[in-house]
Amino acid sequence: MASEALGWWGVPLAIIAGTLRGSAPFLLVSLGECLTEKSGKINLGLEGTLLMGAMSAYAVSYLTGSPWLGVIVAGVAGMFLGLIHGWLAQQPRVNDVAVGIAMIIFGSGLAFFLGKPFIQPSAPQLPTLSLAGWTQIPQLESALSISPLFILGVAIAPLMQWFFRSSRWGLLIRAVGDSPDAAKAMGISIFKVRMASIVAGSFLAGIGGASLSLFYPGSWSERISSGQGLMAVALVIFARWNPVQCLYASLLFGGAQAIGPALQSVGIDAYYYLFNASPYILTLLIMVITCSPKRTLTGAPGSLGQAQE
Amino acid sequence: MSDRWRSLLEKICIPVGALLAALVIFGLFCGLAGANPLGVYYSISRAAFGSWSSFQNTLIQASPLMLSALCTALPARLGLVIIGNEGALVLGGLAAVAGGLTLGGWGLPTPGVQLGMAFAGMAAGGIWIAIVGALRHYRAVNETISSLLMNYIAIALLNHMVNGPMKDPSSLNKPSSYPLPEMHMLGNLPGSRVHYGLVLGLVACGLAYFLIQRTTFGFAARTAGGNVRAARVAGLPVGKLTLAICFLGGACAGLAGMVEVAAVHGRANESLNANYGYGGVLVAFIARHNPIAASLVALLLGGILASGGILQRSHGLPDATVMVFQGIVFLSVLYSDSLYGRLPIFKERGVQPSPPVAVATPV
Repeated sequence: MASEALGWWGVPLAIIAGTLRGSAPFLLVSLGECLTEKSGKINLGLEGTLLMGAMSAYAVSYLTGSPWLGVIVAGVAGMFLGLIHGWLAQQPRVNDVAVGIAMIIFGSGLAFFLGKPFIQPSAPQLPTLSLAGWTQIPQLESALSISPLFILGVAIAPLMQWFFRSSRWGLLIRAVGDSPDAAKAMGISIFKVRMASIVAGSFLAGIGGASLSLFYPGSWSERISSGQGLMAVALVIFARWNPVQCLYASLLFGGAQAIGPALQSVGIDAYYYLFNASPYILTLLIMVITCSPKRTLTGAPGSLGQAQE
Repeated sequence: MSDRWRSLLEKICIPVGALLAALVIFGLFCGLAGANPLGVYYSISRAAFGSWSSFQNTLIQASPLMLSALCTALPARLGLVIIGNEGALVLGGLAAVAGGLTLGGWGLPTPGVQLGMAFAGMAAGGIWIAIVGALRHYRAVNETISSLLMNYIAIALLNHMVNGPMKDPSSLNKPSSYPLPEMHMLGNLPGSRVHYGLVLGLVACGLAYFLIQRTTFGFAARTAGGNVRAARVAGLPVGKLTLAICFLGGACAGLAGMVEVAAVHGRANESLNANYGYGGVLVAFIARHNPIAASLVALLLGGILASGGILQRSHGLPDATVMVFQGIVFLSVLYSDSLYGRLPIFKERGVQPSPPVAVATPV
């Protein structure tokens, strides 16, 4: 194990490395969910979208030899699931949370079904960007090689912030999410705006899946996501529907996820499974602390979670 | 045809139609995957209901589904969407094994041990989901997300216990707890391979229906589910109702876990985490959260689950096929919800909306 040479210093280093490696899926999914929820709909099904993205990216990369094509196809596969969700969740009397649960089952089922032949073979991975030209320590070098999709996410976060704040389209989405009646009176098609937001959000989540299978952990298996898509949805609440705060929250979650493996690498494995549950516990704790029955959360879109007329 | 019959017919025809539509879509899907749809339907119906022997498999699969469906169906009456069935089931099974081994170690007779296992499972599952209810009521934490997160935490707890404190050193390939002694296991119904879990499931569904539809408690819960604010004004203890109904729902899923360990596996290990939880969510939604309907839907879904093996063997379809089918059924049933009152056949006939009567306003 690499961290043995560094002794106990290996633990924080491994956590930092794990944060940089593992937060890209959280980041991309939470940005996608942020966009979706701003328009007033919840998409819990992004867990299924993430798996579908991971599977299709891996399969396409293996079949064509081009990981970048895999990333694109992952996004398109996500959009396909987003279309189903966007259409179904906007039917009268249909609850978007229930549709999300159904989409988790459908999306992951489809991913496992189509991905069965790709569990064994190994697909070409995405190239990494190294920030460690200045150091000779191999552990640092490996810790500082970063996924291009992570950079993409880091770039999208402030862009999305600007989009919501200052662009015409961003304003439309916020209007639909905060007060659908007013938006309707302005002649905006609520259906189209929500559909576009859900589909675009699902595209980002699909790319997040590509980052799982083509960068870290860099393989395709049925346990690859284990609830990361869902945690990302919870993370949006914690980030108060603010894209830049989604970035910080994703780093925190990526770090929490790295605690278990980092401790195991220095020989602490008595509580291995419990430490692996730390991201879930952290999510729960954060929700307990930030939610309150007395006030609505600042930044929450006004029509979120309300029934469609 | 009276309106009452028409509305009943609508309530039966729409879900059945949704199931049929799902079957057609699934057939198309199998066709795309290179399997003969008619052959697949034939295999599923044979594996599920073809003979007494295969129907027994269906019944065995249906019992935990009935119990775990109540974990979603009961809180749904209060307006809560809880999908922590898997977690409550896993912890119920774990607690049942711990209880059974402890009580068996004290030398209690078999009925005592079995009763203890059932109570331990129900308490563990109940408390687990009651936590979700408490977070919802006191901290306004979204119950769907928190219950799903708690599934992962429960599975981590299971893995921790069977790999650590409760591990049987002789279970190398698949870390497990110590096995329950054979004499404390739940037996089978006379003349069959079906265990007593089926009876527990049917009784629980019946009791849940009675509780919701025929008692003051159920009436209070349904009122609060309809309109929380009105319920508060009427002086209903919404917090206590939330905790109680979440506990009951979780207890049912915990009992499902107890049935799985005490009748099927005989010990706690990874096999507990066999997606009966998510299947239960599906059952509850198809049954529109009606416990009696849930017992029937559980039979249907149990049959589909029981056919997973044969789809793999005779049609070369991967084991995830059953999951795809479940997803299609779920989506189709959700869509059918939007059809109530929109289909012309079920519209009330002869009742014209009376035009507003012009009343001279006194000046």
